[in-house]
Amino acid sequence: MGSTNSTLLKIPNVEVLMRETGFSPAHIIRLHDRFKALDKEGRGYLCPQDFGAIKELAMNPIGDRIIGAFFSPRETVDFHTFVKILAHFRPVDKDRPKEPNSPEPINSRSNKLKFAFQLYDQDKDGKISRDELLKVLRAMLGMQVTEEQLESIADRTIQEADLDRDDAISFEEFRKSLEKVNIDHKMSIRFLR
Amino acid sequence: MESYLFPFDSLICMLLGISFTVWFTLLLVFIIVPAIFGVSFGIRRLYMKSLIKLFEWATLRMERGAKEKNQHLYKPYSNGIIAKEPASLEQEIQEMRRGGAEPEFDMSDIFYFCRRGVESIVDDEVTKRFTAEELESWNLLTRSNYNFHHISTRLTVLWGVGVLIRYGFLLPLRVTLAFTGVGLLVVLTSIVGLFPNGRMKNYLSDKVHLMCYRICVRALTAIITYHDSENKPKNGGICVANHTSPIDVIILASDGCYAMVGQVHGGLMGVIQRAMVKACPHIWFERSEVKDRHLVAKRLSDHVADTTKLPILIFPEGTCINNTSVMMFKKGSFEIGCTVYPVAIKYDPRFGDAFWNSSKFGMVNYLLHMMSSWAIVCSVWYLPPMSRMEEEDAVQFANRVKAAIARKGGLADLLWDGGLKRGKVKEVFKEEQQKLYSKVLVGSSEDRSRS
Repeated sequence: MGSTNSTLLKIPNVEVLMRETGFSPAHIIRLHDRFKALDKEGRGYLCPQDFGAIKELAMNPIGDRIIGAFFSPRETVDFHTFVKILAHFRPVDKDRPKEPNSPEPINSRSNKLKFAFQLYDQDKDGKISRDELLKVLRAMLGMQVTEEQLESIADRTIQEADLDRDDAISFEEFRKSLEKVNIDHKMSIRFLR
Repeated sequence: MESYLFPFDSLICMLLGISFTVWFTLLLVFIIVPAIFGVSFGIRRLYMKSLIKLFEWATLRMERGAKEKNQHLYKPYSNGIIAKEPASLEQEIQEMRRGGAEPEFDMSDIFYFCRRGVESIVDDEVTKRFTAEELESWNLLTRSNYNFHHISTRLTVLWGVGVLIRYGFLLPLRVTLAFTGVGLLVVLTSIVGLFPNGRMKNYLSDKVHLMCYRICVRALTAIITYHDSENKPKNGGICVANHTSPIDVIILASDGCYAMVGQVHGGLMGVIQRAMVKACPHIWFERSEVKDRHLVAKRLSDHVADTTKLPILIFPEGTCINNTSVMMFKKGSFEIGCTVYPVAIKYDPRFGDAFWNSSKFGMVNYLLHMMSSWAIVCSVWYLPPMSRMEEEDAVQFANRVKAAIARKGGLADLLWDGGLKRGKVKEVFKEEQQKLYSKVLVGSSEDRSRS
């Protein structure tokens, strides 16, 4: 036990981090402890193997895609990046005043959707091709369904969502097809305290 | 110059001589003799009660100090830091659908897996079982206080005094006792080994083992409460217990006589093993024999079949867990087909953390930690004997025993394998998830195509 201020001081640029992500000091400390627990060798950054060591993540059918979402433009993840990516999963602040000039918060509905979109769109061309969709379906269903079933599911999905008929789902089409889904509830993680 | 030193010299010698004599007499009277006869003066319990009062006072002071400075005390949580939905995969996906539409694949299905994945990044069940348990109050050991900043001078002074007592007085005392205990064990078991096999030898061997383990227990200042001793393991059975540290053996063996199972070691450990096996049959395996499961099973069953031999002591988890949960039991010992006597061991973490994190600390470091803590306080519950029932296989039997131990000791009963500490998750777990999800999707689209 100790005072929270002293731990916060150990993290560089923590004010900026809190402002950008909207996490409270207590949450930053919890994430910092978690970061240190995952960083078993104490190097100050994480690499894909550290995430791979989390058993529940390895068991997740799209676990490696999630790890990819953390690492794709970079090879190591430092604490700031860790927190910024996890900030996507903060519950939306309902009573935040809308300042016209401030940048969009990381946990906005649109950014949450972008995070989910990149799990589908692995080659980052801004579109989910039929092939990419098949790959995700295969990951989530494994060997439990046949190739034909997968293809029919993929065809049906593209048919419903693809509005400009280019046989791929762009981000706008993705967003439109999910406009009635409560993203905040499904893509948010709440801290207990 | 030398003439000045002479009178001091003899004075110092005299003082040293007297203090050594006093020291050893006290040791003998208060610790070794009771250990031989298995009685207790109650000194350790008194010590434990006063320590509890001290810790409560220390925690209150820290809270008061933090309140004065208007800061929040950082309280660690061992039960999870984020709210996890207990709803199953099917329920969540049904909820996510736009309601009314037939369940078929939807782009939003990925949210479920995505959120669960990120939740496990923030907080997962397994990783925290392999690091020492975090305490809600502080027990004046810096190793369990993650942000040590003194909140009052009085507390720091108290901590300093604590360090002096632990390292200056308790540690040398305990090391002396440990050496005495181990030394006596080796010497006396070798002597007993010279006797011809028979009732006399068994009787002497039991007494010798018990006495030496009791001295070792005092060497750790272990305060153990045994519950339900009427269920103590009997000959021709196997005793299974949850594993937190190598000390578990000493704790159980100081209250009953067991046949140990283990690999043959070299060095001091090897000397002890060879001496012990002279007095009564223990099961030591060569390194090469350990891989051969049939050989292991045969030796264990042979031992168990002979009712003159002591019950075998086995820790089926296979590795040290941090005493907040019980992990999957390896089924080997449950295949033998004899009576199993489960035992639950629960340590009280307030006085000293008994968990051995073998990836972080070596054995010597660990023992040093143990001997410089305040005390080791634990409770041992002897559960009623269990046997494998007709319809269950070894794995189900193992799980049943594990659940009973977890329930009695107040530990979480986890499905996970202790081998996960070092190994990779089996593919079968991922397949389970895929199966569940496909049932939601494909099961219903089949209905659709039929209609």
